[in-house]
Amino acid sequence: MSALRGLLRKEWFHIKRDRRTATVLVMLPVVQVLLFGYAIRTDVDNVRLAVVDPAPSNTTLALRNRFAAAGVFRIVASVPRTEDLEPLFQNGTAQQAIVFDHDFTEDLGRGTPAQLLVITDATEPNTGALLQAYAQAVIQQYQFALPASPARPASIIVPVTRIRFNPTRESKNLFVPGLMAFVLTIISALMTAISLTREKETGTMEALLVSPLRPWEIIVGKVTPYLAIGFASVLLVLVEARLVFNVPVRGSIPLLLFEGLLYVLVSLAFGMLISSRTSSQRIAMMGVFLTTLLPNILLSGFIFPLESMPAILRWISYVIPGRWFVAIARGIMLKGIGLEYLWRETLYIAGLATVLLAASIRSFHERLE
Amino acid sequence: MTAIEAKALDKKFETTVALDKVTFSVEKGELFGFIGPDGGGKTTLFRILVSLMIPDAGSARVLGFDPVRDYRALRQRVGYMAGRFSLYPDLSVLENLMFFASVFGTTIEREYEQIKPIYVQLEPFKDRRAGALSGGMKQKLALCCALVHRPDILFLDEPTTGVDAVSRREFWDLLGRLKDQGLTTVVSTPYMDEARRCDRVALMHRGRLLVVDTPDGITGAFDRPLLGVRAKDRYKALLALRTYEHAHSAYPFGEVIHYTDNRIDAPVDRLAADVKTFLATSGFGDASAEPLTPTVEDSFIARTEEAA
Repeated sequence: MSALRGLLRKEWFHIKRDRRTATVLVMLPVVQVLLFGYAIRTDVDNVRLAVVDPAPSNTTLALRNRFAAAGVFRIVASVPRTEDLEPLFQNGTAQQAIVFDHDFTEDLGRGTPAQLLVITDATEPNTGALLQAYAQAVIQQYQFALPASPARPASIIVPVTRIRFNPTRESKNLFVPGLMAFVLTIISALMTAISLTREKETGTMEALLVSPLRPWEIIVGKVTPYLAIGFASVLLVLVEARLVFNVPVRGSIPLLLFEGLLYVLVSLAFGMLISSRTSSQRIAMMGVFLTTLLPNILLSGFIFPLESMPAILRWISYVIPGRWFVAIARGIMLKGIGLEYLWRETLYIAGLATVLLAASIRSFHERLE
Repeated sequence: MTAIEAKALDKKFETTVALDKVTFSVEKGELFGFIGPDGGGKTTLFRILVSLMIPDAGSARVLGFDPVRDYRALRQRVGYMAGRFSLYPDLSVLENLMFFASVFGTTIEREYEQIKPIYVQLEPFKDRRAGALSGGMKQKLALCCALVHRPDILFLDEPTTGVDAVSRREFWDLLGRLKDQGLTTVVSTPYMDEARRCDRVALMHRGRLLVVDTPDGITGAFDRPLLGVRAKDRYKALLALRTYEHAHSAYPFGEVIHYTDNRIDAPVDRLAADVKTFLATSGFGDASAEPLTPTVEDSFIARTEEAA
């Protein structure tokens, strides 16, 4: 039996022996995606809407029903005068209000611009902007549904916005691919970072070093079993994205799995490099957290759009494989594009994995000290 | 033929001198012991010889290989048991053995004859995790793992430290058998009484070799009269002996006091009577003194005193 195969079998024994850790390693990404997925999403539902309708009619009622039927809004109050809204906003009963003009129904019938005021609580500006957009969307849909009449060319002017790929503006579609990148990086890098330093700490490295095993065999033997664990995580996280978060996969699933595997590999290789340059599990873990956690949150474009960052941060972001994987995952899942558009990103990740593995082998000490 | 040839090996760790001009050679088929207290440089020396460390100065040849330059070739041929337990505690006895065999491109079955004497002792525990073995069994497993690829030379760094007396004896019996098969073995130990089991020993202290000789040669070179003194109040008797005008040294040695005299050529029986009289007049009426043959430890103590 070759030395490499013996090493692989040994690593497999370790994993098998410690089933609990193996389960944690596989399931952690799934749980994290679930937690983060719900925590980070910026979608707003259950919007508390107040209505001011001084002259109720079939027309105003129809629009009110549209809001109620949109699924996002819940009409919490209906008051006759605008002044009555003040306490509702102040004590938080209402987040948003629509105020019909007294002459709304008549104006609409006559074809003159009908006045409709939308008031939004923008204490949280992002949520506020989102609510504004939701309300406008409902109004616009209502307007389209009105029977066309020559007397009314454009009764209410609503700015036209078109949103592609995520027409419902569901943030989970944006976040889940990014989350996958984030979670997989950290877990993968941690697995390899610990595996080599553990042997250094327990003294078994001394026995490995005296053996004829070559550095490349030790590195490959350490990375391969965790590649399998990482791939299991990729599979489970994808199933979760599909079933729990209903994120579509419009492109090729085999391609997505392949890219996931490649991404796990680059993260494992990174952990390996840290591991071969440090002497204790604790330092290696710190190293992984410091170098993967923040860059992958801030600079992968997963939460914060890279386009709005200063040029220097954008340049730094080019180095981070997470940035490219987020682009790949969004591309395949949401846009349904394939390698013809994603080959550059893929090539970069593959190249980086090769460089990191080579660096790990080079910086592996063949002696103690 | 020489198996090891070391010339003026030096090694420093920051300001601590671990090895100071260490020169010696080991013959093929020899059971060679490095004996000395902890911190004497034994582990550093072993690590240099098995290619795990690079000396600051000096050179070595192990099986004709330079451990610095030809380390890859050397690692194929050397069996090494580190001072620290370096097996996988979560793997079973059998899995550990299988792993170390596979790393050298061989299998347990193929090497069975070589490891059989040890393996039969381990076999009842073959499915037990290495971490759950007793100290003695752990060391036997480690020896088995170091032997499984049929090395041409074996380095055992303090294999009997922390092991009970019975297991220690069993372990040395195993080493004796390996020697009979012609395997060159280098062992280190802090236990002076184990020197007797070696063909030749090197006494090591603070990075220096005090002497390299056969155990008999070492005790034979002890040229002072040696007495074993017993007294009820051992500590006070020891202090009293040190004030005796002819005393060369007096030190506790287990239950007794070992006493050496400056009158090198005087008959030992007369010295014993003299010492007894001296102690009786100093208030130790119960004291006894009788001649002893020196042990390796007496030699070690005498030589470290000379060095200091």
